[in-house]
Amino acid sequence: MSGILNSSIGRKVAMALSAFFLMIFLLQHFIINFLSVINPDTFNEVSHFMGTNPLIQYVMQPILIFGVIFHFVMGFALEIKNRRARQISYARNNGAANSTWMSRNMIYSGLFILIFLIIHFIDFWIPEINTKYIQGDMSGLLADGEGFRYYEELVHKFEPIWRVALYCLGFVFLALHLLHGFMSAFQSVGANNKYTNALKGFGKAYSILVPLGFIVIALFHHFNH
Amino acid sequence: MALDSKIPKGPLADKWTNHKNNINLVNPANKRLIDVIVVGTGLAGGSAAATLAELGYNVKAFCFQDSPRRAHSIAAQGGINAAKNYQGDGDSTYRLFYDTVKGGDYRSREANVYRLAEVSANIIDQCVAQGVPFAREYGGLLDNRSFGGVLVSRTFYAAGQTGQQLLLGAYSALNRQIGRGKVKMYNRHEMLDVVVVDGKARGIITRNLVTGEIERHSAHAVVLGTGGYGNVFFLSTNAMGSNVTAAWKAHKRGAYFANPCYTQIHPTCIPVSGDHQSKLTLMSESLRNDGRIWVPKHKKDVEAIRAGQLKPTQIAEEDRDYYLERRYPAFGNLVPRDVASRAAKERCDAGYGVNATGEAVYLDFAAAFMRYGKEVAHVRGLDENDDALVKKLGQEVVKTKYGNLFQMYEKIVDQNPYETPMMIYPAVHYTMGGIWVDYNLQTTVPGLYCIGEANFSDHGANRLGASALMQGLADGYFVLPYTIGDYLADDIRTGPISTDSPEFDEAEKSVRKNIEHLINNNGTHSVDHFHKRLGKIMWNKCGMARNAEDLKSAINEIAELRAEFWKDVRVPGTNDEFNEELAKALRVADFLELGELFAKDALLREESAGGHFREEYQTAEGEAMRIKEFQYVAAWEYKGEPKDAVLHKEDLVYENIEVKERSYK
Amino acid sequence: MNLTLKIWRQKNANDKGKMVDYPVTDVSPDMSFLEMLDVLNESLVQKNEEPVAFDHDCREGICGMCSLYINGEAHGPDRGITTCQLHMRMFKDGDTITIEPFRATAFPVIKDLVVDRSAFDRIQHAGGFISVNTSGNTIDANAIPINKHDADESFEAAMCIGCGACVASCKNSSAMLFVGAKVSQFALLPQGQVEATDRVLNMVKQMDEEGFGNCTNTGACEVECPKGISLENIARMNREYLKASLKG
Repeated sequence: MSGILNSSIGRKVAMALSAFFLMIFLLQHFIINFLSVINPDTFNEVSHFMGTNPLIQYVMQPILIFGVIFHFVMGFALEIKNRRARQISYARNNGAANSTWMSRNMIYSGLFILIFLIIHFIDFWIPEINTKYIQGDMSGLLADGEGFRYYEELVHKFEPIWRVALYCLGFVFLALHLLHGFMSAFQSVGANNKYTNALKGFGKAYSILVPLGFIVIALFHHFNH
Repeated sequence: MALDSKIPKGPLADKWTNHKNNINLVNPANKRLIDVIVVGTGLAGGSAAATLAELGYNVKAFCFQDSPRRAHSIAAQGGINAAKNYQGDGDSTYRLFYDTVKGGDYRSREANVYRLAEVSANIIDQCVAQGVPFAREYGGLLDNRSFGGVLVSRTFYAAGQTGQQLLLGAYSALNRQIGRGKVKMYNRHEMLDVVVVDGKARGIITRNLVTGEIERHSAHAVVLGTGGYGNVFFLSTNAMGSNVTAAWKAHKRGAYFANPCYTQIHPTCIPVSGDHQSKLTLMSESLRNDGRIWVPKHKKDVEAIRAGQLKPTQIAEEDRDYYLERRYPAFGNLVPRDVASRAAKERCDAGYGVNATGEAVYLDFAAAFMRYGKEVAHVRGLDENDDALVKKLGQEVVKTKYGNLFQMYEKIVDQNPYETPMMIYPAVHYTMGGIWVDYNLQTTVPGLYCIGEANFSDHGANRLGASALMQGLADGYFVLPYTIGDYLADDIRTGPISTDSPEFDEAEKSVRKNIEHLINNNGTHSVDHFHKRLGKIMWNKCGMARNAEDLKSAINEIAELRAEFWKDVRVPGTNDEFNEELAKALRVADFLELGELFAKDALLREESAGGHFREEYQTAEGEAMRIKEFQYVAAWEYKGEPKDAVLHKEDLVYENIEVKERSYK
Repeated sequence: MNLTLKIWRQKNANDKGKMVDYPVTDVSPDMSFLEMLDVLNESLVQKNEEPVAFDHDCREGICGMCSLYINGEAHGPDRGITTCQLHMRMFKDGDTITIEPFRATAFPVIKDLVVDRSAFDRIQHAGGFISVNTSGNTIDANAIPINKHDADESFEAAMCIGCGACVASCKNSSAMLFVGAKVSQFALLPQGQVEATDRVLNMVKQMDEEGFGNCTNTGACEVECPKGISLENIARMNREYLKASLKG
């Protein structure tokens, strides 16, 4: 068992496991966000729960942060190793003949997602941490005390068109990343059997619908207010 | 020197067991003190090297390819025979022995063939234990198919890649020993001479094909498993690198060369398409299980086909000549290879060849499509009278059996063999002749052994399908590792063999001399130029049908061509580098000597037997006419020039089988 | 057909190497790709230039020796074949064809288009076998029935010819299809179970030491494999490896 993370397959599996975790998180994030389109009150209540529940805040949140960092760091480490495995590149290479653009450019879609994530953290996560743990306001209420602040803050963020555009682009890259990453993660943990075709369909739907949903949310709030 | 085949006394069935019980053994501690060189890593060499290392010897193995896994055994398609009688169709060790001797036209050594049949069953057990994935039936047991020249199903197979699977099995056994450090593997090394010290083979000279370095390697015994010499014809089904050099150098150092003229011309190969052709591709003999061979009955149809005015599918059933079924009703399309090849040549020579060159016949699966299709339609309860449906169903069945061969054909010829019959023509495939060995597989040079296709021993004048794999593995796994111990038992106190001796000096010097000559020759023609010309002489005058006049002129022409080669060949580059042209030149130089001996041997053998067909010796129906006086092995001793070789005869005695006319009618 | 060839020329392992243009004329569409190179080499020898070195042997698609990267694809544009089975009818008159060696750090160039694939051999030395001595006394071949489906799948994995097209095509130069195929062949058979744990651990370890990249599941290897070795074999190796790692 020791040293498994030093082996090629061990790292592959670790990438896949962190990917599974992130994909589940993403779905959960999406569902909660989508509540903001359906019913702002429910959205506020769930957001408050997530933002204040100790299990979520002190256990799940660190795991998530670790998962994100791990996925990125390992991704970069593997990319470096993989580039070393071919020091002289082909004068002519026809990658499109045998693989998808997405599969060949995970590092670039990943990098764009990283940039997006940094902005996303600055937009939402850092203000949250500031409000809750530095200012010590765990109430989740608006400054005037009239109801929860979460929905208002969300709507406010999506006012500038540049941010909406940036988010949309971020989700397009996320979709591209997932279109290869979803099935790739299953293959890495050794799941390739008679269910694979069904899973492929599901993966495609997930990879397109979830990012698309996020885009819809952003556009909805931008144009509705 | 008189030839002593060292066949053990006693009844045929007990010879091998008795022999094993009585030969000397080397104790395990002493085996560690003994080195063995194995040249070639095909089925014979690879299995021998692995087994010798398992026994405890220190083995050095050599191959010219970049990996032992690429030896040309890998290209064998159809299968491997073994007298397992799993099908319960009356097979037995004796029957396999009988079929092999008869198939070889009574020109092989009885005791060797019986031993081969005896150990054949062990080969299958061994390979399955190694993880070779043979084809299986739905019940989980091994499947068998039928091959030419026999009346039972005893051929084990792995789709059309049996040789590959068996070789990978031997390669895995070899890998295990390389991993343990018991085999030192030398890839991309070509053996260029045998070193004989005090009358015993004690080493070899090699050239590192990457660096050009000439190396000396010593051992207590040398084993050659270097394959056949079919490439003397330039065009053959052999790999481009397959060569006679190791065997020929052994011959020049004192090993007798036996029956060089026995060459198998395989009936089902893809015809030559043009002058650029570099090799010929075999279509497995197993296709003859289901394909029917024919040419048109009428010349006018032949001409219309050649002119492109008529398609073969448009020729009516009654206007086709299924000549094998006509001439050999009992075996039909499954006659042995030599018979099928000659029959194709006979039709083409008579003007019935169906392609532009006039050298092709049809191999037609239309009947098989319908037969299988009807079966499937019946099982599935579909309309058996719907021809289109039946044909489609039948094509699916054929695809599962031979899909890879059909695909290969389509890629090369650019015609769809599901829609139009395949065109085939005979091509050089296997050489039954080779270095003479005794029952222990030792050559006439003590300590020099020869196994697999490189030796002459088991197939007589014609090899049956699926028997080459059997012989290679039998020699390497089950025969040589025991018999070599008998010789090595005397060497336990010899100690390491030094490479610092006058004999090694002399051998290295002669190798260097040849190389320097070739590199500095600055002639006008490439190596291939000479090789192609040699091939033309061989094919036209020493091919499927031979006569005294042609053979005599071939001997002269080859000698002249050889002189011209040494004077006029151009080898670019230097010795100290990867130099494919130099490697080829060294091989062709030896082919140019062997070719002459080949023709000389064919001229001597005034009879027709198996793959050797002399036009002067045929029956009224055009069948091979064997002559009793030639019931011997012609073993040639080297005396300076191929034409000066001295003949030694080993009489073939048949005590357990009646020598009859070989009929497949 | 008249063609322009752009060929990688490199004198030896230490040379830097470069692409060189060669025109070839009168190419017949029935020629195989290697026969076309034979014609080029014949003309180079006539001109007293050094012929282009390339690996080849059986020329019928089974030995795995030929290894060219043609117009950006291992074994060229056709599918399910090796370079020696590629025919010139796949190209058009006037085409420019780029020919490079298989590129990977683990496959160093020996000369021109010839590369050293002994890394594959070393992976096999580490565990690509079942440890059974030659004796003639193993159990009867039919003593253990093997499910036909498993036997067929094992055979399909064993069809690998070790040419290295998977490594050459993979953007990461990963050897996992090759190793996966060998691991699978034995993993699918009862004979292979005894050593399964050590086999997969040792072979993967050796693979990593040889400097191959990691698999990112692009699937390029499967598409370019002349023998159609399936990606399922990589998944199976991953499972086997996990199983073995957990067992320790």
